[in-house]
Amino acid sequence: MSGEYKVLKDHGKQFVPNLRTQPVSAIFRGRPVISDSLTNNEIRQVSELCPSGAIDSKTGSIDLGKCVFCNECALMLPGKIRFENDYRISVNRREDLVIRPGQEGHVRLDETLIRKDVRKLFRKALKLRQVSAGGDNSCEMELNAAGNVNFDMGRYGIEFVASPRHADGIVITGPVTENMAEALDICYKAVPSPKIIILVGTDAISGGLFTGSPAVNRWFINNHDIDLYVPGNPAHPLTFINGVMDLLGIK
Amino acid sequence: MEYYEMVKNPDAVSLGNIPDTDYNTFYKQTVDLLKRKENHCLNYFVSNSGNRLRFFILIANDDKHSVLIYSHSPENDIKRLKSISAECYQMHIFEREIHEDLGIEFTGHPWLKPVRYSSDRFDQSSKMSGYLFYSIDSEEVHEVGVGPIHAGVIEPGHFRFICHGENVLHLEIQLGYQHRGIGKLFAEKNNLLQQSVLSETIAGDTSVGHALAYSQLAEAFAEVNPVSNLKKERAVALELERIAVHIGDTAALCADVGYQIGQVACEALRTMVINTTQDWCGNRFGKGLIRPGGTNFPLSKEMIEVIEKRLDEVNLRFHHVTDLVYNNSGIISRFENIGALSLTQALMSGATGMAARSTGLCRDIRWSHPFQSFGILHYKPAILDSGDVYARGMIRKLEFELSLAIIRKLLLDMAGSDLSTSVRPDYNMKLRPETLGVSIVEGWRGEICHSSITGKDGKTALYKIKDPSLHNWLMLALAVRGQEISDFPLCNKSFNLSYCGHDL
Repeated sequence: MSGEYKVLKDHGKQFVPNLRTQPVSAIFRGRPVISDSLTNNEIRQVSELCPSGAIDSKTGSIDLGKCVFCNECALMLPGKIRFENDYRISVNRREDLVIRPGQEGHVRLDETLIRKDVRKLFRKALKLRQVSAGGDNSCEMELNAAGNVNFDMGRYGIEFVASPRHADGIVITGPVTENMAEALDICYKAVPSPKIIILVGTDAISGGLFTGSPAVNRWFINNHDIDLYVPGNPAHPLTFINGVMDLLGIK
Repeated sequence: MEYYEMVKNPDAVSLGNIPDTDYNTFYKQTVDLLKRKENHCLNYFVSNSGNRLRFFILIANDDKHSVLIYSHSPENDIKRLKSISAECYQMHIFEREIHEDLGIEFTGHPWLKPVRYSSDRFDQSSKMSGYLFYSIDSEEVHEVGVGPIHAGVIEPGHFRFICHGENVLHLEIQLGYQHRGIGKLFAEKNNLLQQSVLSETIAGDTSVGHALAYSQLAEAFAEVNPVSNLKKERAVALELERIAVHIGDTAALCADVGYQIGQVACEALRTMVINTTQDWCGNRFGKGLIRPGGTNFPLSKEMIEVIEKRLDEVNLRFHHVTDLVYNNSGIISRFENIGALSLTQALMSGATGMAARSTGLCRDIRWSHPFQSFGILHYKPAILDSGDVYARGMIRKLEFELSLAIIRKLLLDMAGSDLSTSVRPDYNMKLRPETLGVSIVEGWRGEICHSSITGKDGKTALYKIKDPSLHNWLMLALAVRGQEISDFPLCNKSFNLSYCGHDL
């Protein structure tokens, strides 16, 4: 028994009391801030450098749906591009993932796009079925972490369930491989309506580095309405939880 | 014997210096070499340079710490070859890969089962959904199908059990659902930064391991030798990744035997370790940390202290937990003799990493083919021989201690050195043309082998990745034979294999 006491004493209180304001490492790469004084030459340089084609070669804006958060652009243009440790970067409109030069301040969900029944039915309990379709297991591990003793999203009734029949929506990771396309579709159809779709991670949102690979099939993503985009490589558990809380209207 | 002996890891050799033999010589030499316990096959793959197929084999020799390389080049329209697997079963997976991609029949191969239904497979009419699983025609047995989507938040794969009552007679594992065509993308991208980022997603839970295999391979092609502190930092990052996963796996093993205190305590400790990695490089999985030629996140005096201090605490707490876990007779009775594998099975499967070391088979690239800083560490792997869940759990505890010692030693060395010598990554390195490169890293799962061939223009023409899971999935299938089906989750966690690393 003394051994168990030691472990419990070491363990102490692990839960993050406020998931909205929990500080993370200063160098964690979340929302980018891009100077509006970028020259055309600088824009051309960083857009050519960007390994995932996330930087627009005309405007210099960064698309968080394509960004792999490698930080190379910020290293090339220090003082002009930087990544803040702001992890609240989930949105519900694809275009809002594009961060423009000069844009400051938090990104937020567009309240007008949120379906009424989603808030009404899922506000107090949201059960989700996760489908990894070519995910590299880092996003999957972060989604597991969202329910662990630290982040404990279960406190808001948000949790992952085994059966799609018990779920209110699906959470997709990975670029959607051809070999998973059918299983994903079957799983989605097995979820009773009304239901939501959440994309987690750069690969799921845009295909990421796998865009154009013949082994990837984006049909499902291109033919369904998406309720929440959670960017990251992988998405941080706090990005996911805060996004879902925003979607459900949890303060 | 006709082979080129590569004595460094990583290294690169001109294609012209690799002996090319006829298939009979190749066959005999391979069988002779692989019958010796100190040798095992790292990789066997085909390069297709338009009008000529060339089959390269890489054999690791643990005694001489070298890699033996040779090839054979049959006629382009070759339809069948005599299977080496019939004599050396560890070759089974490589011949299956080649069969799937090129349609070559390996006569005498025990089972040319599809590997991953790659998008460029030879037989495009074969479909994953149409795959016929092995079955037994009997009224006394029943089948249990699981997946591709599993109950938890994990990657997809299909498991088909044939059971007699509660006992598993046979488990067949069919993978390929995660196939993203990542190998081909390396050749298409031809840009060191893009390839580098791509290498981190081969298996995202082994970002550091795979990125290191990629980066040191690029450096071998460019004949760049990293500075001493960079080698140390990379070894520290690799061992941090190992520690984090080993603690997480201990949590998972506790969870599967219903021991909640062990599970939650270990989960919290894993969080501490990956948050330390995040404090170092901004990413909990170490993405962005390992780059060819240099680093964007050189260790500072302050960061060294942070890592040391954090690990001291993790060490103390992890010992408290493992003292509890491995002294609890209830838990031990659920671990011992469950999913036991023999040394012979490990040798035949070509097992690597913990899966091998828990059966008494000493396979550890840090020891046999030292890379980065491991040459100066005189590292000796931990070996257990019961081959069961207990051994695979306990080896994680032992390796935690070994990794901790490595990190402490390297950080101590670094703290006393000049830390201002770090260099930034170089994405403009010129790769030697018409060359084969080999890079091996001991990731937390085991042996990661990246090999690449450059064309006349010095661009990547072929990139062949091998994740340790390629071999170890068979070990899992063998481990559950004769076990109760309810022990499958526990056996599965004790291996914790990669789906995307296998499917590529």
